Amino acid sequence: MRSVNCESIIKAVKELCIEANYHLSQDMCEALKNAADTEESTLGRSILEQLEKNLEIAASDDIPICQDTGMAVIFVELGQEVRIEGGFIGDAINEGVRQGYTEGYLRKSVVGDPLERINTGDNTPAVIHYTMKPGDGLRITVAPKGFGSENMSRVFMLKPADGAEGVKNAVLTAVRDAGPNACPPMFVGVGLGGTFEKAALLAKQALLRGAGTHSEKPHIRAMEEELLRRINESGIGPGGLGGSTTAFAVNIESYATHIAGLPVAVNICCHVNRHAGREL
Amino acid sequence: MEYRLSSPFDPEELKRLRAGDLVYISGCVYVARDAAHKRMQEALDAGKELPFDISGQTIYYMGPSPAREGRVIGSAGPTTASRMDRYTPALLDLGLRAMIGKGKRSPEVHEAMLRNGAVYFAAIGGAGALLSKAITACETVAWEDLGAEALRKLTVEDFPAIVVIDTEGKDLYLREDKKVKIF
Repeated sequence: MRSVNCESIIKAVKELCIEANYHLSQDMCEALKNAADTEESTLGRSILEQLEKNLEIAASDDIPICQDTGMAVIFVELGQEVRIEGGFIGDAINEGVRQGYTEGYLRKSVVGDPLERINTGDNTPAVIHYTMKPGDGLRITVAPKGFGSENMSRVFMLKPADGAEGVKNAVLTAVRDAGPNACPPMFVGVGLGGTFEKAALLAKQALLRGAGTHSEKPHIRAMEEELLRRINESGIGPGGLGGSTTAFAVNIESYATHIAGLPVAVNICCHVNRHAGREL
Repeated sequence: MEYRLSSPFDPEELKRLRAGDLVYISGCVYVARDAAHKRMQEALDAGKELPFDISGQTIYYMGPSPAREGRVIGSAGPTTASRMDRYTPALLDLGLRAMIGKGKRSPEVHEAMLRNGAVYFAAIGGAGALLSKAITACETVAWEDLGAEALRKLTVEDFPAIVVIDTEGKDLYLREDKKVKIF
């Protein structure tokens, strides 16, 4: 057994919350730069250049990339040979979020009850997804999720007979309806298969996979490529104001499913697709 | 076209604007999003006055991140305007003249804008660090308990925005030449 102390979890989560909100990952920066080089619309190009400048200002002036610093979504991959010491891991994660959002000058965007809607004041609680794995590793990934794009995300419970065409239509419908609301260029995460909630979780996990990477399954990879091409032919464009860059990536994660079903979840993220992870 | 404008806007100047024009806004804009709109509606329902005179004014749909010491404001980009659609026609009828946000508006908002000669601008979504540079002063007007959602008053200088819906009801998002082609 390997021991990990809660103090180190608090520190890691705090630092990852701040890092994710001030610096995009390299693949996202490159996707933005490539898009600015290839965008066909003049206004679209100007918007993409301003988004690049926005990233520079965020880094140089210590201002979050976007004012919606998100609800903190945390992925924990916990090796079964790890012992957590000094408290409950969930409490440590929330303490890390509390410290990160306070010390990092991040916006507190969480209300304690969906109907009473009183702000909790420290951006807790986080949404935490735990996965067990073999060995004694512990990886924590913080993915702050803004709600302009989260609100445009969808789950479709298709029938097996709907097949690949049904899946493509579902994704294109979600992207079309999101349009300018989701701050395009978007990053489209798709969860295929599993159950109702498994599809949604897969779609969220698909957002963590880098822009430009692909599924190892050839038929899924082909679908990713076709959907990205068709979405970029839509004309929605940067800011929804027209252009050839509507999405940076369509990432699909799939899982086994039931003989009666074909769940499809589409988790839309804006161009500020934030995630930062660390091994502890 | 490109224009430099000052807010509160001259109604005649707003009439010149066309969907697709770029503008640089200087002057005063109020800031309100979901919770502040709900409070404004509750005030109106109770027959009370709003905490500011809305006539002729501009509302920016935004909830900033906290300012570091010595700074005016944190990150300050637009939020999705359609969440305010339910409250907006009443505010337009009270004299609200312009809105800054991002994303589509409802038919009811379109109608109320036409009726009142109002304009809807989009700022670049997700460019909160860049846009914060155009904000030179920020004060809380009411409802400080709402935190990021409090009602604020900003002074802006050359704040960049795009005319999405003009006083004639033209909507840039729905323009034929950029209509979504294949879905």
